[in-house]
Amino acid sequence: MDILYLLVPLSVIAMLAILGVFAWALQAGQLEDLDGEGARILQDDEPGVDAGQSPGGALSEQSMLDFRRCEENMA
Amino acid sequence: MKRDTAVVATTYDDDPVRAFAIASVVWGVVGMAVGVLIAAQLAWPVLNFDVPWLSYGRLRPLHTNAVIFAFGGCALFATSYHVVQRTCQAKLFAPLLARFTFWGWQVVILAAAITLPMGYTQGKEYAELEWPIDVLIALVWVSYAVVFFGTIGRRKVRHIYVANWFFGAFILTVALLHIVNSAAVPAGLWKSYSAYAGVQDAMVQWWYGHNAVGFFLTAGFLGMMYYYIPKQAERPVYSYRLSIVHFWALIFTYMWAGPHHLHYTALPDWAQSVGMLFSLILLAPSWGGMINGVMTLSGAWHKLREDPILKFLIVALSFYGMATFEGPMMSIKTVNALSHYTDWTVGHVHSGALGWVGLISMGSLYHLIPRMVGQTRMYSVRAIELHFWIATIGIVLYIAAMWIAGVMQGVMWREVNPDGTLVYSFVESVKATYPFYVVRFMGGLIYLAGMLLMAWNVTMTVTRRQPAAPLAPVLPAHA
Repeated sequence: MDILYLLVPLSVIAMLAILGVFAWALQAGQLEDLDGEGARILQDDEPGVDAGQSPGGALSEQSMLDFRRCEENMA
Repeated sequence: MKRDTAVVATTYDDDPVRAFAIASVVWGVVGMAVGVLIAAQLAWPVLNFDVPWLSYGRLRPLHTNAVIFAFGGCALFATSYHVVQRTCQAKLFAPLLARFTFWGWQVVILAAAITLPMGYTQGKEYAELEWPIDVLIALVWVSYAVVFFGTIGRRKVRHIYVANWFFGAFILTVALLHIVNSAAVPAGLWKSYSAYAGVQDAMVQWWYGHNAVGFFLTAGFLGMMYYYIPKQAERPVYSYRLSIVHFWALIFTYMWAGPHHLHYTALPDWAQSVGMLFSLILLAPSWGGMINGVMTLSGAWHKLREDPILKFLIVALSFYGMATFEGPMMSIKTVNALSHYTDWTVGHVHSGALGWVGLISMGSLYHLIPRMVGQTRMYSVRAIELHFWIATIGIVLYIAAMWIAGVMQGVMWREVNPDGTLVYSFVESVKATYPFYVVRFMGGLIYLAGMLLMAWNVTMTVTRRQPAAPLAPVLPAHA
């Protein structure tokens, strides 16, 4: 199984690379304020385009209500 | 307010997104039609017509390449270019290179559609294309990486959204897999020999093959999932923290699941066991991600009833959950002894392909395409709803037929008489499978009909500036 002499080192290098990127992510503050980051993509909407098939702006009123109710439940 | 944001919007480069999105729909129709033809050939072999380039053996790789790399690949290009610009608030890096990825990828697809029926193949599953096409794939893929990571490099927000991590891992890993597995010595323009031999070649092939499933068909489409489900549901993903754990756990554990494709072969026993172990571990991150996506609708389940696009996205996730439970189970050696080489494997793959990859792509495209042509929604929302039900019925017929056929074949093949001889000859199991092949063909045909409906809806959306008669209520204030 000579092929393992290629594939195993390749996997080890890949794993070290993944660890390296993970270390960078930690050190660069990528993992701070995770809750805020999840919500931020909802605000990058284009003009005049509804989010979803339901009409409304970036967040429709009903969604904001649902969302707040959900937050209250969690608290 | 709308005017202000319009300035921001014009800085996005959406031409490649639009082109890839429409190409994805076109190739989806073609790839699925070829799939229906070869499903019919299995039930009625006369449909091979004794024409070599219409024979099952040559069309089957054309089907897999068309649906995975043409339909799925174009959907991944379109959504990743869309998501990376929106979440980074930046225009695509190297716009000419982005256009090269589009045209280069279309040439790859056309070359596949010509060479595979002619019989040119490297004989490696999901990596059949001969070396000149492989070289072009490598060039397109490196350009894709430059465009994608270049755009991340010029991002205006510090945080890199989780979908981009999934897309990024998919792009880098597929580059590595493709280059290692496709290493070959050319012997003429359309013939080459693999750089590896025998069981070594099999190990490389399935190291590639399963990671292609893991990174092309899973990580890439999870990138779609983490952007389009929150956008369509208008709420952040259930737990952003869990999505980060999902990402790192998935990419750390995926690499060594491949040997489960080679159970009970010449591959060393311990390597097979390692493959099985890693496959079992994968259940945890997969289900974590599935639950995270579905629970995004927690507290707003009514949206699932009202919005057909969300139906596509959420049901896709439930097929993802089913396939990622079934996969680890089938990797257990004793289960594999029954399932391997039977149509159960085909059923498993299609619950992932039609259910997960197909539905998540269609849902994302239904969200994306109207936005790319200046519309607020698809031409017909009712057609989306109809497509959803057609597709779901097609999938259920398909996978139920293959499950029953597969288990039946496995049981028939291992049945022995008291004197140790086999009870059934192989052809008897083929004969017993016939009705299931007919049901599978019908399931595939129904799924294709849904795709044709989507193609019609997309054509109407793209060509008509305004929907003729809104079928779903739209609030005038926002229209």
